[in-house]
Amino acid sequence: MNPDNLVQTTGEWLRATGPESDVVVSTRIRLARNHAAYPFTNRASPHQKAEIEAIVREKVAQVDSDRPLHFINISKLGQLDRQFLVERQLISRELANAEGPRAVVVDDREAVSIMVNEEDHLRLQVMRSGLALDEAWQDIDSVDDRIEQVFDYAFSDEFGYLTACPTNVGTGMRASVMLHLPALVLTKQIEKVFRALQKINLVVRGLYGEGSRASGDFYQISNQVTLGKSESAALTEIREVNRQIIEYERQARTLIIKETRQAIQDRVARALGTLQSATMMTSEETMELLSSVRLGVNVGLVTGLPITLVNELFLHTQPAHLQKLMGTQLDGEERNAARARYLRTRLKEAGPNPN
Amino acid sequence: MKCQKCTKAATMHITEVLPGDRFEELHLCEDCAQKVLFEVPKPLKSGSVSGEESDEFTPAKSACSSCGIKFVEFRNSGRLGCPNDYTEFRDELLPLLENIHGEIRHAGKTPRRSPKARAANGELLQLRKQLQVAVTREAYEEAARIRDRIRQLETS
Repeated sequence: MNPDNLVQTTGEWLRATGPESDVVVSTRIRLARNHAAYPFTNRASPHQKAEIEAIVREKVAQVDSDRPLHFINISKLGQLDRQFLVERQLISRELANAEGPRAVVVDDREAVSIMVNEEDHLRLQVMRSGLALDEAWQDIDSVDDRIEQVFDYAFSDEFGYLTACPTNVGTGMRASVMLHLPALVLTKQIEKVFRALQKINLVVRGLYGEGSRASGDFYQISNQVTLGKSESAALTEIREVNRQIIEYERQARTLIIKETRQAIQDRVARALGTLQSATMMTSEETMELLSSVRLGVNVGLVTGLPITLVNELFLHTQPAHLQKLMGTQLDGEERNAARARYLRTRLKEAGPNPN
Repeated sequence: MKCQKCTKAATMHITEVLPGDRFEELHLCEDCAQKVLFEVPKPLKSGSVSGEESDEFTPAKSACSSCGIKFVEFRNSGRLGCPNDYTEFRDELLPLLENIHGEIRHAGKTPRRSPKARAANGELLQLRKQLQVAVTREAYEEAARIRDRIRQLETS
């Protein structure tokens, strides 16, 4: 499949149709798996990596009869296409920048993706809109079962699924929930929430760029422990923590509307006004303004603008997406102009109104 | 860079000077560095001119029989070389796993198809290593023999 086919669409995870989607953007679960008869990726020769890739292309990509899976050879893609797949969260930055034979297998709805020759031979991933940990687990569990029939997993009774890094051994599972928390950021409660999370072994990360400050007030919460805890126990923990954070965020939203309505109204209206009329727009500013607009839509301060469109704009204004949409390579300045133009056009079509 | 003892970022970089012009580099996070630095110092080996070297800083000198990685290499990179390393370096890994996960035994999903059914996998790992070595030595006849054996095992 050619990544160009994906440009006009939005992945499953951005549809904003799932449960709690006023706060939760998406749920993602990934499983790390390795072939028992090959060295891990970092010790594998290019020839061995090519063999792993061949097993995936010939067997794994055929296992799902319900939905066709497409095989994308990453080493044949240019830098822009690789960056594009990173922005869509279909591959990791590490896989994009790695060398040698490597690939990703994706279904039409971009709900399932399988990275090949990342840190582990396989990284299966399922994405869902909203808070949907159970559904995502059922999905990935069944994909995993089917792959197991054609791919000999490295597994030990003692340590579970064996991974290149001991931090993933056991279930090999990382479940992440991506939250939009603008009100907790505005009311400066966010640090407090995260300090509490670290105590219970959950990790918080920003949306784009690991470890960096979260941009657009998006935060990802994931489990850290993979050994000695079953998948369902880990999922229950994450679910409960997320329910609490969702509740805190909603309370904070109610509070700021009640106590600082005018200030929030002004903030949202200015954000929308800037997005509708600016002629140069950086990626950072776009994220920040769209975050205010998204908050405005969710608390009823903006009408006529579907959340799905706001989500889509977050994605489409990322550098690689913008260049694919414009159909040409653009440098920094050109991108800022193109981004502003794109935002003006899309918002004009929708015709939102500040209340 | 990650801490060599846990998953946090390494902020302390320590060069340990060992007898006999040797030294070892440690990259640790604040917490682990404290532990290492304030450990009871080991008795100095005075006059160790006999050539007898200490093993203390490099446990498990032997390399994995399947992939050839040494435990020190794993400690430097944070990545193991092959599934067999979990058996080969089990004793060294246990404290590390306990540290990371607080547990040392798997409690989750098990593959439906028992991995024991594929006892050949261990041999395949070793054969692949031998194949690589044979190819680098340009011993093509031997390589061909190994390749045939791999094919045979894969289809059995």
